[in-house]
Amino acid sequence: MSATLQTQTEARTMTGAEIVLQALKENGVEVIFGYPGGAVLPLYDALFQQNAIRHILVRHEQAAVHAAEGYARSTGKVGCVLVTSGPGATNAVTGLVDALLDSVPVVCLTGQVPTHLIGNDAFQEADTTGITRPATKHNYLVKDIGKLAATVHEAFYVARAGRPGPVVIDLPKDILIGKGTYQEAPQAPHRSYRPQTEPEAGAIREAVALLKGAKRPILYSGGGVINAGPEASRLLTEFVRMTGMPCTNTLMGLGACPASDPQFLGMLGMHGTYEANLAMHGCDVMLNIGARFDDRVTGRLNAFSPASKKIHADIDPSSINKNVPVDVAIVGDAGRVLQALIEAWKEDDAAQDKAALAAWWRQIDAWRAKQCLGYVQQGSIIKPQHAVRRLYEMTRELGRDTYITTEVGQHQMWAAQYFGFEKPNRWMTSGGLGTMGYGLPSAMGVQIAHPDALVIDIAGEASILMNIQEMGTLAQYRLPVKIFILNNEYMGMVRQWQELLHGSRYSESYSAALPDFVKLAESFHAHGIRVTRAEDLDAGIREMLAHPGPVIADIAVAKDENCFPMIPSGAAHNEMILGAGQSGGVAGVTDEGKVLV
Amino acid sequence: MPDPSDTTFRNATIAVLVENEAGILARVVGLFSGRGYNIESLTVAPVDEGRRLSRITIVTSGTDMVIEQIKAQLDRLVPVHKVADLTLEGPHLAREMMLIKVVGKGEHRSEALRLADAFRARVVDATTESLVFEMTGAGDKLDAFIALMRPIGLKEISRTGVVGIARGAGGLLA
Ligand SMILES: Cc1ncc(C[n+]2csc(CCOP(=O)(O)OP(=O)(O)O)c2C)c(N)n1
Ligand SMILES: [Mg+2]
Repeated sequence: MSATLQTQTEARTMTGAEIVLQALKENGVEVIFGYPGGAVLPLYDALFQQNAIRHILVRHEQAAVHAAEGYARSTGKVGCVLVTSGPGATNAVTGLVDALLDSVPVVCLTGQVPTHLIGNDAFQEADTTGITRPATKHNYLVKDIGKLAATVHEAFYVARAGRPGPVVIDLPKDILIGKGTYQEAPQAPHRSYRPQTEPEAGAIREAVALLKGAKRPILYSGGGVINAGPEASRLLTEFVRMTGMPCTNTLMGLGACPASDPQFLGMLGMHGTYEANLAMHGCDVMLNIGARFDDRVTGRLNAFSPASKKIHADIDPSSINKNVPVDVAIVGDAGRVLQALIEAWKEDDAAQDKAALAAWWRQIDAWRAKQCLGYVQQGSIIKPQHAVRRLYEMTRELGRDTYITTEVGQHQMWAAQYFGFEKPNRWMTSGGLGTMGYGLPSAMGVQIAHPDALVIDIAGEASILMNIQEMGTLAQYRLPVKIFILNNEYMGMVRQWQELLHGSRYSESYSAALPDFVKLAESFHAHGIRVTRAEDLDAGIREMLAHPGPVIADIAVAKDENCFPMIPSGAAHNEMILGAGQSGGVAGVTDEGKVLV
Repeated sequence: MPDPSDTTFRNATIAVLVENEAGILARVVGLFSGRGYNIESLTVAPVDEGRRLSRITIVTSGTDMVIEQIKAQLDRLVPVHKVADLTLEGPHLAREMMLIKVVGKGEHRSEALRLADAFRARVVDATTESLVFEMTGAGDKLDAFIALMRPIGLKEISRTGVVGIARGAGGLLA
């Protein structure tokens, strides 16, 4: 071998850890959320010696994944996580399943014991690929350094292609220490995984023909439109306006259609608006784009929108005809589907039945007149709805770009109902898995991605304690996240179900022995505020918004407030309960319904 | 569109072409157990020269809607190249192989040999008191032979499960 050739080969030889970082860079990673440990020390050593990728040290691996989710959902990029073997990996599992159910692109690197020890019950060994197989979209165990770079490239492709999701790469320590050569991302298409993004023209024409002939159409969209990028949301709004039809969004789809748009009916589903659910029930043609007929949305399946023709566009063919059989199936990326629908709508020369559409809107306006989200704020006790409403109004006056994350429970639903979203990617919530403890770490990820934005976690006093350790991360990186706790001293959503379905026996749902959140904030170098009276609410919110650093605002709200409207489990859309007075003990709930969650 | 009100169960023989990589079988089996689908039988082996591709044949049952789901769920696994419903997509062949051990002497032994001959089962091992037959065919033919051997002295059975292929010139990778 000649001397020059030899130096060239040496130059291309890198450690496995360096190969991983190089591949992350090539895939556009700027930030990685992680927590070190023995098995990943080579990666931390390589991170130490470079500046291109920033590492954010969380306080628990679950939070690393949620932070990556917040980062991903607010930017459209793939979120990246690094954790150690064994407990590092098992701690990350809840985050992975959360990302799986909400289709969030995340690549999670896990350390592993060296290959020769795998299967020996070595220290901090866990069968990570076995444990995470049903928790991820796909996972890899790298046993050959020759395949390391290619595996990282493939992981990023899989995480973002088609319906996005979490991908785990398990990295044995000897692979990280070993020497190999770097390969760039391949140009060739993937051998087997090539999801269809371009919709078929025939299905699009069929859909447009149905919609043109509709007397009572509705568009129902979900997280798929958000995942397809901001352009898809713009196209959605354009299509809604051009067709004149009403639009409703799922919990995951909020922000796709501006909340202020007169054609927007609000969220649908279990705690959706009266008008959205009744319009879904009574429509004659339903266009679903990027939503999956989830049980929170459909209610009792055999009573779901009984008289409608259904069109379902989804990037994942397995979502179509899964729960609800449809008349027209469109496989494709939501943005591409909307583009094609808009073009086909213009080309199709059939006239719309404008008179029928006008009558449909009169019906919808009559439903709207019920003002199902109305509430009365009287006296000193703060209604949680009012707290969210004031937070929304005051942030809107402020005019800053605002991102909302939530925990899970009543406060999450109130946030979805009373906070209006004008743009996509501004709303991060755990929809599919319903993970308490999601909101704070997710807000960290959002704030890292958008350092100048206003990021607020609307929280419950019980949920916030599930990842409260992340206050330390806020302090370390000076992340000015605002935590707005609707403190009802109950696991409110649990208490609500117990009241409505279990004879008001409040078994273990009281939040006893709560910390002093103001002192807690202060001990984590943050600012703490407590508001107990309605008169002081605005001042409290103002103080929170004005504070330059992280804040916990502990808002004492009514303890016994329930979240309405509500479609009880197993009931139909037209059997929804509007308010406490009307509930009558939820007579509609059958034993069959009680079985459901 | 499958009719959801149709609750009749049907059998489906599904052929799946996959990357021959670690964990692929666990992925497929995990999908079935995780989502509560039936597996009547499952066979797998590499089928190309470079041993990069494996072919899995799964016999399952469910309503049309469930079988559509099974196919869509399989198809979305990253290492899956192709999924085909052999039962639905036209005439196909489905065969199984079995090794069956029968123990007995005298009258029983000659009866077993006579029936084996009629069923075209081959004797692949013999001792003075035992016989092992090898037999291939459709599952019901194997079942029939087993039923006949039971009173004679059936000792043990090992079956492969079904392998399937479409009739005619077409193939899984079109
Ligand atoms: C990790 C986890 N454990 C349990 C639950 C079940 N759960 C759903 S809502 C809820 C209560 C949440 O209480 P809080 O955070 O105070 O919110 P609130 O409903 O009072 O607004 C519980 C326990 C869950 N969703 N996630
Ligand atoms: Mg609470």
